[in-house]
Amino acid sequence: MNMQKLRTPRGVYNSLLILLCVFMPVIAPLIGQEFFTDVIARVMIVTIAAISLNLIMGYGGMISFGHAVFVGIGGYSVGILASHGIESAYIQWPVGIITSGLFALIIGAISLRTRGVYFIMITLAFAQMMYFLSVSIEKYGSDDGLTIDARSDFGLSFFDLNDAMTMYYTAFILMIACLYLNFRLVNSRFGRVLRAGKSNNERMNTIGYPTFRYKLVGFVIAGMMCGLSGLLTANFEDFVSPDMLFWTFSGELIFMVVLGGMGTIMGPLGGAMIFLFLSEILSNITEAWHLIFGPFLILVVLFARGGVEGFLKKYEGPNG
Amino acid sequence: MADILLRVENLIKRFGGLVATDSFSMDVEQGEIHAIIGPNGAGKTTLVHQLSGLLKSDAGSIHFDGKEISHLSAPKRCEAGMVRSYQITSIFKDFSVIDNVAMSIQAREGHSFRFWANADNDRSLSDKAMKVLNETNLQDKAGVLADNLAHGEQRQLEVAMALATSPKMLLLDEPMAGMGPEESSRVTEFLNSMKGNYTMLLIEHDMDAVFALADRITVLVYGKAIACGKPEEIRNNQEVRNAYLGEG
Repeated sequence: MNMQKLRTPRGVYNSLLILLCVFMPVIAPLIGQEFFTDVIARVMIVTIAAISLNLIMGYGGMISFGHAVFVGIGGYSVGILASHGIESAYIQWPVGIITSGLFALIIGAISLRTRGVYFIMITLAFAQMMYFLSVSIEKYGSDDGLTIDARSDFGLSFFDLNDAMTMYYTAFILMIACLYLNFRLVNSRFGRVLRAGKSNNERMNTIGYPTFRYKLVGFVIAGMMCGLSGLLTANFEDFVSPDMLFWTFSGELIFMVVLGGMGTIMGPLGGAMIFLFLSEILSNITEAWHLIFGPFLILVVLFARGGVEGFLKKYEGPNG
Repeated sequence: MADILLRVENLIKRFGGLVATDSFSMDVEQGEIHAIIGPNGAGKTTLVHQLSGLLKSDAGSIHFDGKEISHLSAPKRCEAGMVRSYQITSIFKDFSVIDNVAMSIQAREGHSFRFWANADNDRSLSDKAMKVLNETNLQDKAGVLADNLAHGEQRQLEVAMALATSPKMLLLDEPMAGMGPEESSRVTEFLNSMKGNYTMLLIEHDMDAVFALADRITVLVYGKAIACGKPEEIRNNQEVRNAYLGEG
């Protein structure tokens, strides 16, 4: 990104988002709102899940309505292993990410054979299946969830996730890494195939691309990234519960991506930030906050089609 | 006799009780422009779909370049060297013109599981794409969003994308569809300029274009090939005049 681009409305807005993430632990005590730091930590963690959804939905046209399942798998990997006394991050994290990837491979291999509303329904069905599984296993807390006694242990004295700042900046660095990875992916040859498949799948077939396998690989990458978000969620909240897999969370993720701007690099961060802050602030003002939040979401979809990114892009002139 | 590149034998496609393609046979020689004409509802589109692999045939065989391809999927047939263009423009509308062509070139360069390097800076893609754009007279439009092209230019891009896969044979599905006389003669000229370099199977409505371009013509009526020959033979064939040219 060059300096020219930073001076556009979009550049200013995205820089602000990043700066907020970097400095919130300093700003929050100054303005007497310590809990803002926790909100931003959640924003950054959920952003990773939103980036992963944006990769397949915004760039690849695969509307997964069961994306929360991967957050849940990542989270429960930490919870279940910890409940058996396995606290090493070097076991928990690879297990979480690889399991998420394997589930994505299975779910993707089946659901990617369908299109449109059927794809939405099948991904939703898989996620709900896993949700009911998590509710029904008493050993791992059923619907009460599972409290995690100790965060993932990296065995390093200077790097301990139990320290709030370490946790916060770990989430920050991983979010930036995912943003960058996504940026590289969508502009690579692989990313072009994903995007062109969204634009015109049949034509991709007739110029010689077996698009299924590219979509499946995209789906698996997204599943693994989303699993990472789940690992972080479990560590940050010290708790996992079936709510992480419930379909409403999948819906919220879709909304964050749409709100921020589908198919844009920074959209997921903006979407998650606005979504979480608004729900936080509104729920502090009134108990009936959904009454305000709901219409707001409808207005955004009606009047800002490209989300915040698309809205700001209008002011950039033709070469923006 | 020249080499036979495509040989279709006794191809059949039924939709319920309707026989859309009825024991259709033909062959295309290396280097020729072979046109298929036929009145509306003759089954031209069905035939194109069967040849390109989007529709499965109920019976019959398709030999292309010496190999039986009727069991192959659309991407595999493209890999074998038979590439189609579309009657209804089928391009990547939110990609620039050069990127549309670059997608075709990328398809020819092995797998696309390359996750890191920026494809926009990939000279091996953009240089080759530019060459195809020069060949198809679209070089001035390289950076334009495909959606913003004029209709005739989109048709040219359509053909350019097929060309960029370096096919052995182009399957052109009504390249003049929906064009005015001026645009249509421009595309005719453009196709004529490629004559000899590419083998083309042309499915077309526009009679002027067909008689100007084709080396041989096959006439399709109700899914059957009722005649095949040089343009002047077809023009003088009584059966064709009755069935199609409307006599008078």
